[in-house]
Amino acid sequence: MSTSPNISATGKVTGIIANLVIVRFEGAVSQNEVCFIQHEDTALMAEVIKVQKGLAYVQAFESTRGLKIGADVTFRGHMLEATLGPGILSRNYDGLMHDLDTMTGVFLKRGEYTDALDSERKWDFNPVAKEGDTVIAGDWLGEVRENAVLHRIMAPFQMNGKYTLKSLAKAGAYRVNDTIAVLTDSDGRDVDVTMVQKWPIKQAIRAYQEKPRPFRLLETGVRTMDTLNPIVEGGTGFIPGPFGSGKTVMQHAISRQAEADVVVVAACGERANEVVELFTEFPELDDPWTGRKLMERTVIIANTSNMPVAAREASVYTAMTISEYYRSMGLKVLMLADSTSRWAQALREMSNRLEELPGPDAFPMDLSAIISNFYARAGIVYLNNGKTGSITFIGTVSPAGGNLKEPVTESTRKAARCFYALSQQRADSKRYPAIDPIDSYSKYLEYPELQQALNEQIAPDWVDRVNELKNILIRGKEAAEQINILGDDGVSIDYHMTYWRSEICDAVILQQDAFDDVDARTPIKRQKYMLYKVLDICNTGFSFESYEEVNPYFKRIINQLRQMNYSEFESDKFQEFEAGLEEIISERKAG
Amino acid sequence: METQAFQRIYTKIEQLTKATCTVRATGVGNEELALVHGRLGQVVKIMEDEVTLQIFSGTEGIPTNAEVAFFGKPPTLQVGEALAGRFFNAYGQPIDGGPEVEGEEREIGGPSVNPVRRRQPSELITTGIAGIDLNNTLVTGQKIPFFADPDQPFNQVMAMVALRGQADKIILGGMGLTNDDYLFFKQVFENAGALHRIISFVNTTENPPVERLLVPDMALTAAEYFAVDKQEKVLVLLTDMTLYADALSIVSNRMDQIPSKDSMPGSLYSDLARLYEKAVQFDHGGSITIIAVTTLSGGDITHAIPDNTGYITEGQLFLRRDTEIGKVIVDPFRSLSRLKQLVIGKKTRPDHPQVMNAAVRLYADAANARTKLENGFDLTDYDERTLEFAREYSGRLLAIDVNIDTEEMLNVGWELFSKHFSKEEVAIRKDFVDKYWVE
Repeated sequence: MSTSPNISATGKVTGIIANLVIVRFEGAVSQNEVCFIQHEDTALMAEVIKVQKGLAYVQAFESTRGLKIGADVTFRGHMLEATLGPGILSRNYDGLMHDLDTMTGVFLKRGEYTDALDSERKWDFNPVAKEGDTVIAGDWLGEVRENAVLHRIMAPFQMNGKYTLKSLAKAGAYRVNDTIAVLTDSDGRDVDVTMVQKWPIKQAIRAYQEKPRPFRLLETGVRTMDTLNPIVEGGTGFIPGPFGSGKTVMQHAISRQAEADVVVVAACGERANEVVELFTEFPELDDPWTGRKLMERTVIIANTSNMPVAAREASVYTAMTISEYYRSMGLKVLMLADSTSRWAQALREMSNRLEELPGPDAFPMDLSAIISNFYARAGIVYLNNGKTGSITFIGTVSPAGGNLKEPVTESTRKAARCFYALSQQRADSKRYPAIDPIDSYSKYLEYPELQQALNEQIAPDWVDRVNELKNILIRGKEAAEQINILGDDGVSIDYHMTYWRSEICDAVILQQDAFDDVDARTPIKRQKYMLYKVLDICNTGFSFESYEEVNPYFKRIINQLRQMNYSEFESDKFQEFEAGLEEIISERKAG
Repeated sequence: METQAFQRIYTKIEQLTKATCTVRATGVGNEELALVHGRLGQVVKIMEDEVTLQIFSGTEGIPTNAEVAFFGKPPTLQVGEALAGRFFNAYGQPIDGGPEVEGEEREIGGPSVNPVRRRQPSELITTGIAGIDLNNTLVTGQKIPFFADPDQPFNQVMAMVALRGQADKIILGGMGLTNDDYLFFKQVFENAGALHRIISFVNTTENPPVERLLVPDMALTAAEYFAVDKQEKVLVLLTDMTLYADALSIVSNRMDQIPSKDSMPGSLYSDLARLYEKAVQFDHGGSITIIAVTTLSGGDITHAIPDNTGYITEGQLFLRRDTEIGKVIVDPFRSLSRLKQLVIGKKTRPDHPQVMNAAVRLYADAANARTKLENGFDLTDYDERTLEFAREYSGRLLAIDVNIDTEEMLNVGWELFSKHFSKEEVAIRKDFVDKYWVE
């Protein structure tokens, strides 16, 4: 974000507590306004978070080391903004949308604020609107090609009411800051439009007609999600789990495989080496949907755990604003945030310094409202031109001590519609992904519009079969408890069979090897095939003489099915294993 | 430390708590260092002309008219090759009787590495301990703690890892180290003839607890000098991080901050991450690897300190006494190195991942067999064999006194598989079995 020259008010520093700076100001200052604190020859960016008795309380996005009382502060008359225009894709930004790659040096330098977009690069612009058209905020005026997507150049979101398109640039190469259109408002005033616009990150972009209930599956290739608890285009989900339960592996898998045009990853307060993994691998890996490189559709917002805490909160809002921008182009956007707990902790640190009365676990009282508001920005929308665009949002939560009753998890549970509970127990027994199939849920599976869409897309009886799978898993869990209490020989063979049926479902449908080239991603067609295969086996009667025969027999079935999972779908090898499976089944098939 | 001529002296102390004092002064920078009544303090809060300092060694005996002299700079360390082989206190002052180090003065707790300038860690660190090299391989640029009960020999294991780890420099940050342990480290390094590549910053239990807050930053500033400027492989040992976190909670308590879980400050995660994230791999080969110790109380890993640590570090190592063999082993179930995937089977023999998984799986079967035995159930032949395997596996590979190279570890693994199990029971990919099975 380049510093704009308009200064709305000025002030002087009168207090410093860590990154909370207190400023006595003259002129008008607004809540969440951006200001710069002059420290020697660098200007440190900060945001107003409270005004009291003529003093502005600002959170600095940088270390305040060495800062002195009396330092000059200039207020800039705008809130924290994202810079939106062609060239965002494949970039690595910090939480305030400064380009990390164009920064100098090995270490981050205070006050080094690089531009979000390349102002020199030329883009091939094609007009799509006509001079004389009536336009409102968010209407498409033209387009440029950005990697695999058509990047629409839109009428600024800040516009109110109807404008007339006075002139529009002809097809040709333009820089992002070149004027490509002139709009005239109802009072006859002209507004120049470039390919860049700014938007305050904490406000939602509402340039659309309506936001319906989500109704389409978003394929991730992760079986325990797609089959059992599907996430939808425009849906919201969250993944809570203790450390070591595989949250990040799970999120990375989704970011690689999901059926999305644009993926925005907010690495919020997590390990730097995990972000480095994205930086290193995404330029090499292929997008399974377009065959292009994954990095081409990805934007990474990195505020790792050692970067300034205040920018952590900004990082998720920046990511959401970028997502909304691409949604307005009619694209399917997937946004991932790892982890929203770190963002909540950043809020807690600041609330503490402001000496606010604390809520549960010292988190701010409005934590729940903040989280709900944020999740509400996701969703599928009908744009002004009737086309759809969507943001699917999946956040991870890192509950303290793995306790799901803590405030961040509880607040998120109220806001998100899909819940993917990572279980320590599953992780310990190396059953990955460690999503607990019984505690987890997708509320969307109850939506009649989605049920109908799934049955049309996959199979007429799909939703019924998925529920059948869930029942088998629940019954298997009950049987396992009975066997544990009464002992192997204290229950009838039926209990063992019930248990082992659920073990097949677990091993073949739920467990998936994220590090195996074939197994990592299962297209929905293959998921259907395997689900029906497994359910057929579960509905087959087998005859056993004693319980001791059950375990080894089912293990053989599972092994065979697993080999199928590891083989290319419908390949010779796949069919060979399937034939082997049929043989094993016929050995003991009853009647 | 002497006060110098150009410093302005203030004498109006307004407030004193056990760890902080507030003085009226002007022109003071945030986080600046000061000498209060002959003791070092650091500015933590400024309100108009009221400057609050945390006094590292405590405020006992400081009068309200004490002299306060500000240094005009945050804590610093003189860095240079001359650091090597020396022992310092938490302020970076020599405690080995040697001269002050001449070198470039650097602020401690400096800025973070730009994430796009990092490289993915890919070089393995061998320790000779199979519980680590075989099951939880360490990688340069990694950060990993031992989660240990206070009575476990974590400092001994750490010293062993440090000496065998082939690092160019080993930097010890000791926080609340007992004097005995401090002398142990000194002696072990001396005996190994490794003193010339070791730098120690030590705060013992005899020193004031708040001083500990400086130790990791001192150690990591020295580490950055060698890793960035000299492009060396640096290993940083931090023991005990639980005592560091306790010191954080003392200061935040004195500053009237509202505690969050387990009376720890709300910023505990960020405070710990700021340190651990100094672990880094650079393009030019320089790296910082951090091995830390977090002592647990009663093995509880849900306590705020191990819990936050677990979310930050790349795995954790657990030690456990195996009563079957009467030795301390690296627990294969609860230990985890998140970065091992980057090196095993790539920098080591290709059968490494499969041997590792198969052995742990069979060891888990042995644990189940033992439970069965304890509950009075009959054991099958397979159960009996897993128990025999477990005893040998534990003694020949998991025990911390083992010192063999990775190739040898894999060979021992195959030997044990072949001795106790059939090929089907071990269930390793066929091409490896064909190659390594001992008939």
